[in-house]
Amino acid sequence: MKRTISTLFACLLAVGLLACSKQGPDTAAAPEASAAPAAVAEATVGLSISTLNNPFFVALRDGAQAEATAQGVKLIAVDAQDDPAKQIASVEDLIQKKVQVILINPTDSDAVANVVKQATAAGIKVISLDRSVNGAEVSAHIASDNVAGGKMAAEFLLEKIGGKGNVVELEGIAGSSAARERGQGFHSVVDGKADVKLVAKQPADFDRAKGLSVMENILQGNKNVQGVFAHNDEMALGAQKAIEAAGLKNVVIVGFDATPDAVAAVKAGTLAATVQQKPELIGKMGVEAAKKLIDGAPVDKSIPVPLDLVKQ
Amino acid sequence: MTPQQKATLQKLGPFIALLVVCVGLAFMSPDFLTVGNLMNVMRQVSINALIAFGMTLVILLGGIDLSVGSILAVSSVLTAMLMKAGYDPMLATMAGILAGALMGSVNGLVVAKGKVAPFIATLGMMTVLRGVSLVLSNGSPITGFSSDFFSMLGGGYLAGLVPIPVVWTLVMFALFWFVLKKTVFGRHVYATGGNPEAARLSGVKTDRVQIWVYTASGAMAAMAGVILTSRLNSAQPTAGVGYELDAIAAVVLGGTSLAGGRGWIFGTLVGALLIGVLNNGLNLMGVSSFYQQVIKGAVILLAVLLDRAGKK
Repeated sequence: MKRTISTLFACLLAVGLLACSKQGPDTAAAPEASAAPAAVAEATVGLSISTLNNPFFVALRDGAQAEATAQGVKLIAVDAQDDPAKQIASVEDLIQKKVQVILINPTDSDAVANVVKQATAAGIKVISLDRSVNGAEVSAHIASDNVAGGKMAAEFLLEKIGGKGNVVELEGIAGSSAARERGQGFHSVVDGKADVKLVAKQPADFDRAKGLSVMENILQGNKNVQGVFAHNDEMALGAQKAIEAAGLKNVVIVGFDATPDAVAAVKAGTLAATVQQKPELIGKMGVEAAKKLIDGAPVDKSIPVPLDLVKQ
Repeated sequence: MTPQQKATLQKLGPFIALLVVCVGLAFMSPDFLTVGNLMNVMRQVSINALIAFGMTLVILLGGIDLSVGSILAVSSVLTAMLMKAGYDPMLATMAGILAGALMGSVNGLVVAKGKVAPFIATLGMMTVLRGVSLVLSNGSPITGFSSDFFSMLGGGYLAGLVPIPVVWTLVMFALFWFVLKKTVFGRHVYATGGNPEAARLSGVKTDRVQIWVYTASGAMAAMAGVILTSRLNSAQPTAGVGYELDAIAAVVLGGTSLAGGRGWIFGTLVGALLIGVLNNGLNLMGVSSFYQQVIKGAVILLAVLLDRAGKK
């Protein structure tokens, strides 16, 4: 008896599945016809975010949502919860939903390549936000302008030390795009200034403990330092500890990222400034670019987002 | 109603719930009931379903396997490393699955021979193996496989329509269904889960049953891991976090009792489909990801409560 029942259910499942896939096109055809005019009236943009468990990305989504409301675009935001598998699943859902443009903030630049190709094949334009996509073409990449940020930090640093003195640069992980671009912006300002000498330039891998030990070593050889630019706040805070321990006063330290720790340090006066990304602006510019694509207007391949300087 | 009819109706509960949700979604989202989307959902479900099949056996024994997510990650990283080292992709795939089975058998040994509660044994393994996957991969994703065989595992289609992961899921479903319904081993699983002492006294080698069941669970997690790696074209050391809970949810939604001894594999397939369909439908409808979690949790609670009420 039990056996026959279970066989029956297995058959039922098979029939159910078959029926499902058979019904598909017929039932889909009717609503599609009626939905077509509505789709023209209302542009729909999908936004796939790596995680909403982080204020940075929540701000990004809020910026996108506000701009979408302002532009009269429907925005569907999906959350990957930092899981590339969840991200491709939700982007596939957006493809099924036939959104016109997908804004993607990859959890992992390589892992999303396949699904980006899938979207492109389905005629959907893709724009990457904040992190780039490796191995697939996107219509545009929108991210913080790290070069401008490095420049901004350097200009502030020089102003604070009165345009002359010895400065130190703590670099991020060698070869990473953030380290490269932030360094490039910094050097574009500092290099060639007669009164400014770059006494040391060493990698500390974006790490606070390394920032501390690298700075300690630098200070062993050269106590006469007026300014430090670190490619991120963690290294800046590590360097600050080393400078404090060495008993140096009035050293201007500028970090990058505006982490809560660093902002508190800026308020307390131990850091001079930190460069802050504007996530809500990334979201806003993402929707702007998406709207342009929907309207058939051209969009730049790379769209840099300006940064802010947090200072006392 | 005879008790037998009542039992039949109860077993059908999850299936009816799935049908109700499907019909509801078909009305609410015009994109839901299309062949493309149904295939899309089934492909998304396949990872969870594969893990949940193994988990069903474990839960039938009255046990639990929290290490599946970590086994998935280690197997995925191992397979990727072997391919990167130049081994044949098919060989690497089989080695990855075998490694998962081995990790599962360690779980089984610790539970059966070491008399450690499954919750604790697999919790320990979960932590150890998460560490192993990070050690092996040095914390970063492994990408760039160029094998056609391997990319087909997760991304290919049978007859241009049915995604390969779905084919695997159906094959494994049939295998598990057969083993549980038609083999002596299957009967021993039910017997051991129902009353271990009685099973042992009537000659069932319960230790051996346990070891094999955890081995199967490990192998299924590894299989899911290999398919996921192929889908992402990237092995993520942090993949699979929280997957054990999705699998347990699928098993419980399908009507398998956490107390052991009662349940079936068809229910698990339906449970996994229910979770997948909800994910997909809520994405299609543009429901905020925060609300999605609330809704999914509530559905799981409701389904189990209804199941309980029916059993009284």
